[in-house]
Amino acid sequence: MAKAIEIKRLNKWFGSYQALKDIDLNVSHGERIVICGPSGSGKSTLIRCINSLEHHDSGQITVDDIELDQNKESIAAIGAEVGMVFQQFNLFPHLSVLKNLTLGPIKVRGLSRSEAEERAMRILERVQIPEQAHKQPSELSGGQQQRVAIARSLCMEPKIMLFDEPTSALDPEMIAEVLDVIVDLAEDGMTMIVVTHEMGFARRAADRMVFMDKGEIIEMGAPKDFFEAPKTKRCKTFLNQILQH
Amino acid sequence: MTLRTFSILFLCLLLAGCSSSGTWGWYVIDPTTKQGYNNIRFLLNGFGATILLSIIAAILSMCIGLIVALPGMSHNRWLRLPSRIYIEFIRAIPLLPMLFWVFYGLPVVLKSMGINANIDAFWGAIITLAISDSAFTAEIYRSGIQSINKGQTEAAKTIGLNYSQTMRYVILPQAIKRILPPLANQFIYIVKMSAFASVIGMQELTRRANELVVTEYRPLEIYTLLILEYLVLVLIISFGVRRLERKMGADESK
Repeated sequence: MAKAIEIKRLNKWFGSYQALKDIDLNVSHGERIVICGPSGSGKSTLIRCINSLEHHDSGQITVDDIELDQNKESIAAIGAEVGMVFQQFNLFPHLSVLKNLTLGPIKVRGLSRSEAEERAMRILERVQIPEQAHKQPSELSGGQQQRVAIARSLCMEPKIMLFDEPTSALDPEMIAEVLDVIVDLAEDGMTMIVVTHEMGFARRAADRMVFMDKGEIIEMGAPKDFFEAPKTKRCKTFLNQILQH
Repeated sequence: MTLRTFSILFLCLLLAGCSSSGTWGWYVIDPTTKQGYNNIRFLLNGFGATILLSIIAAILSMCIGLIVALPGMSHNRWLRLPSRIYIEFIRAIPLLPMLFWVFYGLPVVLKSMGINANIDAFWGAIITLAISDSAFTAEIYRSGIQSINKGQTEAAKTIGLNYSQTMRYVILPQAIKRILPPLANQFIYIVKMSAFASVIGMQELTRRANELVVTEYRPLEIYTLLILEYLVLVLIISFGVRRLERKMGADESK
């Protein structure tokens, strides 16, 4: 069976700075990957390449047998399968929560307003904020906003979800409510790649851990081995630093 | 504040005119005499043309500006280049020479292309004002659109919206709040620049004042009134702009 995502020898430069070096990564259907590593290690850049928010310079990205090249069809085809949640939520501030959720389904998927609203309400139930449907994003707490952002992605019924530090902009007391939603999705069998520093979450939800540093994948393995017996020194140092707190 | 300063200034001028030295002759625009009344009516009748001219030119300028601004923000430099050239080129041409070129030159160009178009003073002035102003409106659009966080475009892209959908449903509705107040300010500029239409014979405020000066030999009084006419027009618009800004600002903080 084809992999959900296949990445081969991926390279990405920002000017003369090499952000990604020969990345190889395969993700199976239903697999939950957590990527961690120090800031500037290329974690975000890697997942942003998958849904073509960044264009890679060389190498190959294949999502569900569709190869990502720079032509519009492959970008759109892959975009239709991949949802993304950002650190800064990026909700549309001029639209109500419900409209944030129905915009894509109506304009892109061609659903009728009532179908789209029905779907949106079902998903808001799932992220446990149906009562916020008619509020503006600015009236919600950070945790609620991020759950709306997750719901907005889910409304497009993606097969793969990418999370780019989904809890890094949240106050500590709101992190759990967002992680619970992500765990719930994971238990439902969603293929996902999560960039995060939340190691408790990683232990709970990840099938595989990926540690990156300076644009390279340094270590990869099951969470148990990864946390209890890291093989490389860089990974040990990193884990020590973030687990101390 | 401004209004009070100007009223005091105007009062001084009026009082000066009432002195016995006889340097002022308000009689030319004294509405209590038949001649003065007719003169004032003649002058005020220019308002219609000035306002109509400005409004049509402003609307056209907003449309052209958007068409110029959008490719100007592309990642593709070959799309960006024509927009940049247009803006730099149009901004560099003074209004009056452009007006002459459009009014006297453009019909010749069109004729050589087989189009027999007669450009009258009204449309000549509108075309010139719209084009000349569009370079500035394009820059206003650009700064307004670029002030919207890049994350909005990215989020729109990840839910599958294409470029025009992203602009229409996500970016422009947010940018409009930052674009409208400076655009309205630009409208004031158009109103003032419409005075140039007088030189190609457009019967607006300035043209009428000029014509009356020729028959009445009272430039001081007539041009004073002319300035006041523009002042009133612009003050009304800037009052509207101020209200608009307050309303937009209130929305923004919500």
